Amino acid sequence: MKKTILSGNEAIARGAFEAGVLVASAYPGTPSTEILENVVKYPEIDASWATNEKVSLEVSIGASFGGARALCTMKHVGVNVAADPLFTLSYTGVRGGLVLVVADDPELHSSQNEQDSRNYAKFAKVPMLEPTDSQEALDFTRLSYEISEKFDTPVMLRTTTRISHSKSVVVTGDRVTDLPTPCLEKNPGKLVMLPGNARKRHPIVEQRTLDLEKWSVEQDFNRIEEGSSDIGIVTAGAAYQYAREAMPEASILKLGMVNPLPKQLIRDFAARFKTLYVVEELDPYLEDQIKAMGIKIIGKDLLPICGELSTGIVRDALTGENAEEGTKPLPQAIPPRPPNMCPGCPHRGVFLALNKLKAYVTGDIGCYTLGFMPPLSAMDTCICMGASIGTAVGMTKVVSDDEKKSVVAVIGDSTFLHTGINGLLDMVYNKSTTTLIILDNRITAMTGRQENPASGYTLTDDETYEVDIADICRAVGVKHVTVIDPYELDNTRELIRTEMTRPEPSVIITRRPCMLMKRDVEIKSPLYVDTDNCTGCKVCLQIGCPAIEWDASAGKRGQAKVNRHLCVGCSQCRQCCKFNAFGVHND
Amino acid sequence: MTDIKNILLAGVGGQGTLLASEILSEVLMLAGHDVKKAEVHGMAQRGGSVVSHVRYGKKVLSPTIADGTADILFGFELLETCRYLPLLKKGGQVIVNNVRISPPSVALGQDDYPDDIPGYLHKNIDDAHIVNGMELAEQAGNVRTVNVVLIGALSLYMDIKKDLWLQAIKSMVPERFLDLNIRAFKLGRESGITD
Repeated sequence: MKKTILSGNEAIARGAFEAGVLVASAYPGTPSTEILENVVKYPEIDASWATNEKVSLEVSIGASFGGARALCTMKHVGVNVAADPLFTLSYTGVRGGLVLVVADDPELHSSQNEQDSRNYAKFAKVPMLEPTDSQEALDFTRLSYEISEKFDTPVMLRTTTRISHSKSVVVTGDRVTDLPTPCLEKNPGKLVMLPGNARKRHPIVEQRTLDLEKWSVEQDFNRIEEGSSDIGIVTAGAAYQYAREAMPEASILKLGMVNPLPKQLIRDFAARFKTLYVVEELDPYLEDQIKAMGIKIIGKDLLPICGELSTGIVRDALTGENAEEGTKPLPQAIPPRPPNMCPGCPHRGVFLALNKLKAYVTGDIGCYTLGFMPPLSAMDTCICMGASIGTAVGMTKVVSDDEKKSVVAVIGDSTFLHTGINGLLDMVYNKSTTTLIILDNRITAMTGRQENPASGYTLTDDETYEVDIADICRAVGVKHVTVIDPYELDNTRELIRTEMTRPEPSVIITRRPCMLMKRDVEIKSPLYVDTDNCTGCKVCLQIGCPAIEWDASAGKRGQAKVNRHLCVGCSQCRQCCKFNAFGVHND
Repeated sequence: MTDIKNILLAGVGGQGTLLASEILSEVLMLAGHDVKKAEVHGMAQRGGSVVSHVRYGKKVLSPTIADGTADILFGFELLETCRYLPLLKKGGQVIVNNVRISPPSVALGQDDYPDDIPGYLHKNIDDAHIVNGMELAEQAGNVRTVNVVLIGALSLYMDIKKDLWLQAIKSMVPERFLDLNIRAFKLGRESGITD
């Protein structure tokens, strides 16, 4: 028993350790990434990055079928990738306990959509627990393994950004030690899901949901906090904290399990109040089910479906009171500060070239999605992991021959290995002439620099086989594969120009490590602007480097200026300058 | 919830606000408070506007700070501090690093960076403290320690013993950077005394 302050993700990792988990697998995705990064601190657990979420769930299934407790974690959109094994795993059930943690991102802090994973639990007919703080994140993780084995089912544990990335005080426990030793055990009738077997499993799944519902009514993870006899609130997860703070007098039914719902408990609670609210983020998931029970309850009529909730939003909606008046804002408008590629980012020159070449760019998920931002403004579509290639293939099927040449797909190294290879196979197989640029920065950068099969290292920092992305491209049938250093701005632009016009499929791999990778990046001296040479032409501003800014008061008509605290000395600006106005500090 | 205190950290991704909020939460826990801290990772950190919410007291519920209820606005950059002024309660305190980092539209010459933010803050906020964090960090030996310099400045306005701050820094900073960071903390703390 030790008191410590943990994020929700750290607490889940701790909970998995305490539950005796032996295998953990994940693909990084905000806000779930740090779970595995913390699991790896426990040498008792075999933790690894999988190539994608589907594979990570399959690895976990294998460990479970082998008799071990297994953990699989992903962000909400990862479940779309892993949905195939998930839905049938619901039928087979488990041997060792299996928990799938899914981290939702209301407000889209770092995601391409705002989907509500609770619908998946209901859809796949698996139980789902939802913690409200780090202590519950730990406790519910432990509990999930007991539920998984007791009811022979995978269990989903749902967090949101405010659970995963909020820290709160936690009391930790010890690791369980009396679990059976994993071993092979044949049970094909239960584990081979061909129609004859699966048909027998389906009614078992339906009965399991009924049993879980009945059982959960008696469990203390669903709790009632008695308060006013006028107002009752049904809530769960992060929303509980906002509801509790906004409505200190109300009675609250806080659900720990959100699938299946403890219907009798909800019915009994609802019957006691004149006014009943449901406070939940995203979809009216609880609300629709409670209304279907014939209970009058108010939810999304007052509260938004889009975005995060907060204490203020809940208080305003339920009481009609206005938020506290704070300090007056600055009288003038404050310029926005959207995220941007880092100084020295090797993607910058590629997007500068695509902009200059007026390419139509089908994009993908990663730091390079920021190529969308001005002044680079060189991304035209972005759907999901791996979508860039298929989108380009489809688009070039329908546009004119002239327009076809301007279509370029861009994808990162890790995203290519995640779900891009299939798209490239389709591109070659179906004779598309599209150009694909693989932005190979040697790491899974956006989520915080995680290793991948092309980086040469595992999650545990062990050296491993380093897959050659160029070889993969050649193996699926691309004849024109070129590797280039994207810091060579002119060469990169000319190569892209050539490949865009080539009437055959081609791949350009722009290879240079992410600037934030200390392993591979040498620190260089920052640059400065030579005020004698700078003519104020603003060409260097077009690369959108955070370290270069416009100084309107300098020179005759303004000059560029380098922020030496931000500059990493990559010299991409120097290559753009026709007037030799960039010098290097010698210190 | 009047016994709950709220500190909002505001800055630019890459400035080290995460480590600062870690140290702050740790010291608050060591001082016996219930603590919650909320922030976002991923794309939001790539040079964009970032905030960390730190709340402490007897029992903290929501991890995020409601508008108009922050007791201290702890700014790592001038413009970002102004962006979150509406979260600061009336009569709240501002402690801010005296540094300008231009957002993209300013860097491109399309927008102006507001003039003399320190002057505006001194005039409009009764309890505003401007810290020359970058200079002090360079003096400490590395400009990257600016986050710990600022923690030092903040520490002067909080009712927590100096030893606990040092203990928190020790538990959060790698051994080989410890002396550097303790120097940074002390310089930040001393800067406030002469403020």
